Amino acid sequence: MDAIFNRYRSYRSLVVLVVVVMAQVLYLAYQVRTQKDERLIRVWAVSAVTPMAGIVEAIRHNTIGFLKDYFLLLDVRDQNRKLKNDNDKLRMENVFYRNQLNTAEHARALTLFQAKTPSRTVAARVIGDSTVSTAKAVFIDRGSTSNIEKGMAVVTPDGIVGKVAAVYPLVAQVLLVTDSTFKVGVESQRGHIHGALNCGSGHCVVEQIQNEEDVAVGEWFYTSGEDRIFPKGFPVGTVISVQPGNGMKDVRLNLSGAPGGAEEVLVVLDGVHQPIPTAVLPEDKMAPPLPPPPDDRQTTSAQPGTVQTEADKLVQKYEQLGKEEDHVYGAMNSNMPNFNVKPVPQQATPPPGAPTAANPATKQPVKPLGSAPVLGAPTQLANPTISTKSLTPTKPAAPKAPLPLGSPRPKPAANETPAVPPPTQPQ
Amino acid sequence: MNESSDHLLRSRRSSQSLFSRFQVAGLVVLTLIAVISKFYLPRLIPSAVWLEVPLLLTIYFGLMRPDPVPALLFGAFVGISEDSLSPANIPIGMYGITKTLVGYFAASVSQRFNVGTGVIRLILCFFFFVFHAFFYWVMRRALLDQPVPFDTQQTLLHGAFNVAVALPLYLILDRMKLADES
Repeated sequence: MDAIFNRYRSYRSLVVLVVVVMAQVLYLAYQVRTQKDERLIRVWAVSAVTPMAGIVEAIRHNTIGFLKDYFLLLDVRDQNRKLKNDNDKLRMENVFYRNQLNTAEHARALTLFQAKTPSRTVAARVIGDSTVSTAKAVFIDRGSTSNIEKGMAVVTPDGIVGKVAAVYPLVAQVLLVTDSTFKVGVESQRGHIHGALNCGSGHCVVEQIQNEEDVAVGEWFYTSGEDRIFPKGFPVGTVISVQPGNGMKDVRLNLSGAPGGAEEVLVVLDGVHQPIPTAVLPEDKMAPPLPPPPDDRQTTSAQPGTVQTEADKLVQKYEQLGKEEDHVYGAMNSNMPNFNVKPVPQQATPPPGAPTAANPATKQPVKPLGSAPVLGAPTQLANPTISTKSLTPTKPAAPKAPLPLGSPRPKPAANETPAVPPPTQPQ
Repeated sequence: MNESSDHLLRSRRSSQSLFSRFQVAGLVVLTLIAVISKFYLPRLIPSAVWLEVPLLLTIYFGLMRPDPVPALLFGAFVGISEDSLSPANIPIGMYGITKTLVGYFAASVSQRFNVGTGVIRLILCFFFFVFHAFFYWVMRRALLDQPVPFDTQQTLLHGAFNVAVALPLYLILDRMKLADES
């Protein structure tokens, strides 16, 4: 009997080990098979740990920044002993209020986002991490008393954070999107290509995008709403690399929400799907195309400025008079034209893009001498010796032709200004 | 019986009597502090996610307690405490099983070797950290079918970091034990 008892004692530790391990394995199998989470143990542990963590976090949040600045100010005071104590106090107060202001600004950003988004959300603060280093989860200071339920989406104004994995009375556990078991349905902004975000391999990859699909670097991905967790239209991140793979593309994302570093988050109580913004990516923004360049031949032919000599001017005047009086030079039975009539002044055809009377808004830019041509400015004339005054719809200066004897001399009109000679171009 | 074996027996007897002075309440408080450190420290120092204070405590208790039964029970208690704060998609018992084995093996090793010296304790600490990480990874893949990556280089590096933390931590615990004795 003693021998049996001694033998049992020698194997006692091994028996206890087997019993303890087997009990835990069976309990584990029960949880996996029934998909039931052991709530009682978790509630006890969370209730025991999170209040202390909450107190520590509150102390840290409210005092560490202040104390840090206080010690900084002590250093300043040591270096500047001549400064008065009142000045130090004012500085400390200033730093304190600045910290308060920063906190308020952050809260204001959350409030603005809450007001902007159609989904109903509640703000929460992250108070602790998970104990499993390979699993990405955090605890927030809102629980079932704040109407938080398991499966709700957790976001920030910058992007998605995770989903509520477990709810306790005063706290909730959020499984981050960077966890290896978490997948999010996403959709690209430009091509509306659907995929599944998976951050399990250390990088956030959008899976199930075929090689034929067009995804560009820098393109935004938004939640597609297909995972039934995140409402459609929340920003997820931007593409940092696209590599063709074996049938499917390797699209890597840079998450915009910084799930691991978020301190304040929003829990979506009632999600509302939103359309994915259709804003054009900065890379795709293009300046409006320039108008087509003017045809040099048309421009030069439309210009009466090709006239060079007095003889040319005279020929042009007679041709115009002939047209007005239906006289064809050199034709038989054609009336004799009256060369004393002044020809009707022709409207100069402005070049495309030049300011006109119908479009006074298009101002002609002043072109400095020797500067580069300005885009959109009227084209320069082919012949630089001709003044731009010929383009203006003014009456051409009538040549001082000698009148026939006995004909009445025309009186100059009162409002008629003497023709100004074209400015001579400096050679 | 030579001098060295006398010294070994004295040392074991001494450590056994000293460790028995660790009261249950003290162990619970130490466990709570260790779990909270793992729960909250990464919020303060994000790069401290590799720190495994509960594991270091389990190893220390196993090495200082040659009886495997209390060591494995303590490991199970610490592990289940960690499991209860783990994400809800990881069932309770994963850390419990792993730390039970760590506690048992640590106590078994301390039965056969003199683990009073610091170097041996640190080497064992490194070994048990790698064993813990690898066994946990195997269990998540085998039992839960969760494809979690295992980075060998990172595990070894984290093991070295934890050994560096274990060095002062074990000294503090030794001092606490001496203070308790006096």
